[in-house]
Amino acid sequence: MLKILAARLQQGFRTIPYPEKLPTLPDRLRGRPVIVREKCRQACGLCTEVCPTAAIVPGKDLQIDLGRCIFCGACAEVCPEGAVAFSNDHRLAVSKRTDLVVNSSEIKLANALECEMFGRSIQFRQVSAGGCNGCEVDINVLTTVVFDLSRFGIKIVASPRHSDGILVTGPVTRNMQAATIGTFAAVPSPKLVVAIGTCAISGGVFRDQPEQNNGVTDLMPVDLFIPGCPPHPLTILDGLLRLIGKIG
Amino acid sequence: MTFTDACAIMNGETVPFNKVPCLPFEQFQKKIIDAVGQKSRICSFFGVKDINCGDAISQLQLIAVIASDSDRRLHLLSTIVEDSYPAFTPLLPQLHMFEREIAEQWGINPVGHPWLRPVRCQPSDHKPEFFHIEGGEAHEVAVGPVHAGVIEPGHFRFQCHGEKVFHLEISLGYQHRGIEKALIGGPHKKTPYQMETLAGDTTVGHYLAYCQIIEALQGIKVSPRANAIRAIGLELERLANHTGDLGALGGDVGYLPTSSYCGRIRGDFLNMTALLCGSRLGRGLLCPGGVRFDLDYPERVEKLTKSLIQAQEDTKTAIELLWNTPSVMTRFENTGRVSAEDCRALGLVGPAARACGIVRDIRQDFPTGQYLQGDFPAMPPVEIMTGDVAARAMIRWHEIQDSLRFLLKLVPDLPGGLPEAAGKESKQTVCRPDSIAVSLVEGWRGEICHTAITDAHGNFLKYKVVDPSFHNWTGLAMALRNQEISDFPLCNKSFNLSYCGFDL
Repeated sequence: MLKILAARLQQGFRTIPYPEKLPTLPDRLRGRPVIVREKCRQACGLCTEVCPTAAIVPGKDLQIDLGRCIFCGACAEVCPEGAVAFSNDHRLAVSKRTDLVVNSSEIKLANALECEMFGRSIQFRQVSAGGCNGCEVDINVLTTVVFDLSRFGIKIVASPRHSDGILVTGPVTRNMQAATIGTFAAVPSPKLVVAIGTCAISGGVFRDQPEQNNGVTDLMPVDLFIPGCPPHPLTILDGLLRLIGKIG
Repeated sequence: MTFTDACAIMNGETVPFNKVPCLPFEQFQKKIIDAVGQKSRICSFFGVKDINCGDAISQLQLIAVIASDSDRRLHLLSTIVEDSYPAFTPLLPQLHMFEREIAEQWGINPVGHPWLRPVRCQPSDHKPEFFHIEGGEAHEVAVGPVHAGVIEPGHFRFQCHGEKVFHLEISLGYQHRGIEKALIGGPHKKTPYQMETLAGDTTVGHYLAYCQIIEALQGIKVSPRANAIRAIGLELERLANHTGDLGALGGDVGYLPTSSYCGRIRGDFLNMTALLCGSRLGRGLLCPGGVRFDLDYPERVEKLTKSLIQAQEDTKTAIELLWNTPSVMTRFENTGRVSAEDCRALGLVGPAARACGIVRDIRQDFPTGQYLQGDFPAMPPVEIMTGDVAARAMIRWHEIQDSLRFLLKLVPDLPGGLPEAAGKESKQTVCRPDSIAVSLVEGWRGEICHTAITDAHGNFLKYKVVDPSFHNWTGLAMALRNQEISDFPLCNKSFNLSYCGFDL
């Protein structure tokens, strides 16, 4: 018992005061892109060439589809003019798929749900459907003392019957398609779908492989898109809090 | 034993493919059985078409990568089979999953294989058959693919008598993305990123194995500084996962202090990786030829060192509570025991094998890069390695301390020089044609084995990935024999195997 108390003292209080205060994020974190269109030489096409997921929309204007982007930073590395860079701003979650296509440093972040019934408490069932376990890692940490998800009234529950929606990760493989649809069907209405990570939004680096879908977006209506490969835990938390109107 | 006909290479080396002896089947069979009998084991076993098979469509070349502990070399052997061949599994259980995989991928029948089920089930094709026990009081429990926690999908079938588990069958494939198929003809533009996502929690481990393959095939030499930074990434990955798992083991027996502290400390390790490269999982840290991010400023080195020292203190108080709490230890001890004999027969790898007292570690047996310096690792005394949950927990704690000591020595004293191979043009170089390369890395779950075979143009004809989980899932099934079904979460977490790394 004394040892437990001594350990408790040594470990200290570790919950971050988010969202009142933002912790210092790593300087090398590749978050929201900063696009300076004036600097873009347009025709050079170097960025389109190196992009592994065709996230840079070809055309006159430099545009990045964050629903396809895996935030590898290859475009920023190759651009001779510095027209694209990645800032360490973690806020990326949006309500509409089209809002993920950005051409400046602005991004239209997610709105709160119009329906207020989820405002005080919301429960999610997580469905892992063919990703790499990276997104699951960063969802799992939200339940640790650092982020303490439940203080916002958000809980990840064991049964879809007890939930208000599902958090989907992965491109939804053919082998997981029936289970994903079945889990969604088991959630009582009204219900929500949150697509977490580039795979769930567009198929990610596995896009167009016959063993899977190109994301959960192919299968059901999505209410919140959280891009990243994987998204930083704060990106996920920021998105969920916007959804229930606790930020923004 | 003599391996005179085999082609022997070092870890991370390449040879022309025609140097790999193609033996008549009986000779191939005998050599492999003899080798395994003499403390060698099979790292990888797979089929490839189109090289020495001639025009016959039904022919397949089987390739075996054998790790020999006696001479610390990797031996390559091959043979040609048609339609069917006598299965190795009855004599060498460690090949059972490989043979099922070959049967599934190529339609070649290993005759006499005791349980030829699909490996990555395709539910639309047919309903998979499960091992079944009949009897008045025997009953079956089916779990998954969607589980209760935030965890990957898999299906588990327990054959029980009351609470007691007679047999557990593990049926995977739900995460199958077709990666090996997509790699054929590569390396493509997407290839490096798919390598980083073979198993997201082992980003550095798998990507390092890939980098070693490319470096072997393109003849690139990595600078000492890059090797040091790679080792930092690999050890931070090990630290994060081992710490997280020890916390989860605490959680599974209802011991919350360790569970909540370790959950947080795991995040601290992930943040150290992010300090290095911006990604908590180490995405983008490495590249063939070196690393993409340097530990450039003294402040960065200082911050990392400080965090490591803090973590050393934090892990000590959080984890040692486990060993001092009798209610935890009674749940850990004698639960989920795997015997050393079973471990050897099944070819288990990594901490799961070391917990049975079988000392195998790539960092020590087949070192590359920074590990060639030889100051790694220190094995805990074999007598405490009893093969149960307690041993699998204890080995992780030892590895956490070893990795922290290793990093605290390495980080403040990084070798100088450039973090990338001289001249970025190396990226454009093509791979050596008609060659085979093998790369092993000790990831946090154990041995990662990548094997690449190139065609006449230097493109991948076959790229075979073996995640440690491919060997170890059967170890979990064995651990559950004669256990209470309620001990499954505890046993499962003590292994914490990868679904996506297995499913590919």
